[in-house]
Amino acid sequence: MRAPDRTEKIALLGLFALLAGGAFLPQWALFLVTLALAKGLVVLSLLLLMRTGLVSFGHGLYYCLGAYAAGMVGQLLHVGDAAVMLLVALAVSCAVALIVGLLLASYRGIFFAMLSLAFSMILYGLLVKSAALGSTDGFNITVTAAAGASLSSASRRYLLFALSASFAAMAAVGMHRFLGSHLGRLAPAVRDNELRVEYLGASVRRVVYLNTIIAAALTGLAGALTALVVGHIDPEMAYWTTSGEFVFVAILSGTASVLAPFLGSLLFELLRSFAYQYSPNTWQMVVGAAMLLVIMFLPTGLWAVFGRRGKRVA
Amino acid sequence: MAAAILETRGLSKTFGAVAAASNITIEIAEDTVVGLIGGNGAGKTTFINLVTGYLKPTSGSIRYRGRDITRLAPRQVTRLGICRSFQIPQVFDTLTAYENLLVGTGIVDSKDAAEAAETILARFGLAPFRDAVAGVLPEGVRKLLDIAMALVVKPRLLLLDEPTSGVSAGEKFAIMDLVLQAVRAAAVTVLFVEHDMEIVRRHAQRVLAFYDGRIIADGRSEAVFADADVRRLVVGEQPC
Ligand SMILES: Nc1ncnc2c1ncn2[C@@H]1O[C@H](COP(=O)(O)OP(=O)(O)OP(=O)(O)O)[C@@H](O)[C@H]1O
Ligand SMILES: [Mg+2]
Repeated sequence: MRAPDRTEKIALLGLFALLAGGAFLPQWALFLVTLALAKGLVVLSLLLLMRTGLVSFGHGLYYCLGAYAAGMVGQLLHVGDAAVMLLVALAVSCAVALIVGLLLASYRGIFFAMLSLAFSMILYGLLVKSAALGSTDGFNITVTAAAGASLSSASRRYLLFALSASFAAMAAVGMHRFLGSHLGRLAPAVRDNELRVEYLGASVRRVVYLNTIIAAALTGLAGALTALVVGHIDPEMAYWTTSGEFVFVAILSGTASVLAPFLGSLLFELLRSFAYQYSPNTWQMVVGAAMLLVIMFLPTGLWAVFGRRGKRVA
Repeated sequence: MAAAILETRGLSKTFGAVAAASNITIEIAEDTVVGLIGGNGAGKTTFINLVTGYLKPTSGSIRYRGRDITRLAPRQVTRLGICRSFQIPQVFDTLTAYENLLVGTGIVDSKDAAEAAETILARFGLAPFRDAVAGVLPEGVRKLLDIAMALVVKPRLLLLDEPTSGVSAGEKFAIMDLVLQAVRAAAVTVLFVEHDMEIVRRHAQRVLAFYDGRIIADGRSEAVFADADVRRLVVGEQPC
């Protein structure tokens, strides 16, 4: 194994800081950060797709699938162990992506985005129609144990926080290494010039398929984490506004660094909760204005503040 | 004569009423440098597109080292050892010159990819542009990078589509010398499309002349350039 580079060191330092600092955070802040880190995983998966030249307006599909998979482990199997729930969520979202991805891999641009959206809306429709799963109300989900050990409610909160932070750090480092690998480098190659990729002997379709599945796995995991943290799930998780919000945060964050999604996600959650607190009826306007500012002044996303500007065009 | 690396039989391609290739039957011997000439729209690029699987022929067949490759896709053809450069450079615009080559060497052999990329960079005189993003490189350099990328996959047969187009008249000869030197170092059979007859004379051991999708002359360059049809239909058409 090679030595960790700068990005990886920051991710690991960030993890230690979070794990240590989390113990002192007030409950509301702990909740907010946990949620932001979980959603950051979704944004990270969008970063991978964007690096491949793809945008998905249907990531709610895997987000919701992960959540419902975790929830059904509790409801149907009466298992409240976080580890089991997360593993099942991961397996279900990967399995669905293996099939959906086959179809999606033939599409690009707006068609890829809209077809993804269509799949997520099918899931939304199915869930709304299924009374056994609480229809539009969804149902509650409770974590009672982690890998066999039972939990108090304070330790459960910290555990979920620590889990989110650890997954975030691992995913960031993993993604960073993947993008720097020969296989990962094919992502921007496909985005730039599919013809040349094929003429180098690699399959564009396979690259898109693989990256779609990786993205789905991260998003399914994030959905399950969110479900465990919030304690409730409903079909809204598959609705297009949820997917749209992820794309929004992805653009806000920028795709220059694997750390950007987590920073962007945290800022977004903060912005939203403060906007909501101070102007409950017009918070969307505040968030929209923030987006406008970012697009005008930092067109490559918030990360541009840290980036070595000018090295890369586009 | 050495064994044929490429053989086409009755290769034809029509686009509606246009016959971009009609009944092209040729054999290309291993380790030769072949020049392909013809006016605009003669079917030179179409021929390369057919051989590399980008276009499917309307009829006819293509054999590469004795194996039928007629309906294979570009990716499969590439993997068998045929690669090409493009009239308009096809590179990865947001990646650096080095990363462009690294994508290719990474596909071929992930272990020594970095070293292989550096070697090719140096061989094509691209080292000064190593860390520049391909999208902002001058056209001549993009052209070289495009050709270098075709060599990355270690082809046995290389098809170059107008390697010196878009390059200033003063640089043409130097660039072509550089390219053929690099190609010789890699021991590849080459077919290159070229409008500049001086360059063709200088580098091609054999010349193929296309007109209207057909072969109108084929042989040593002196013989082809002396041919009446070629003088009238190909050379006469040249602005330079
Ligand atoms: N995809 C296509 N669809 C329709 N017609 C095409 C297509 N590709 C080529 N053609 C036609 O086939 C003929 C041969 O074109 P081709 O590009 O092979 O010529 P060329 O010899 O490479 O010319 P140039 O020197 O201008 O590059 C032309 O008449 C062209 O218009
Ligand atoms: Mg042409």
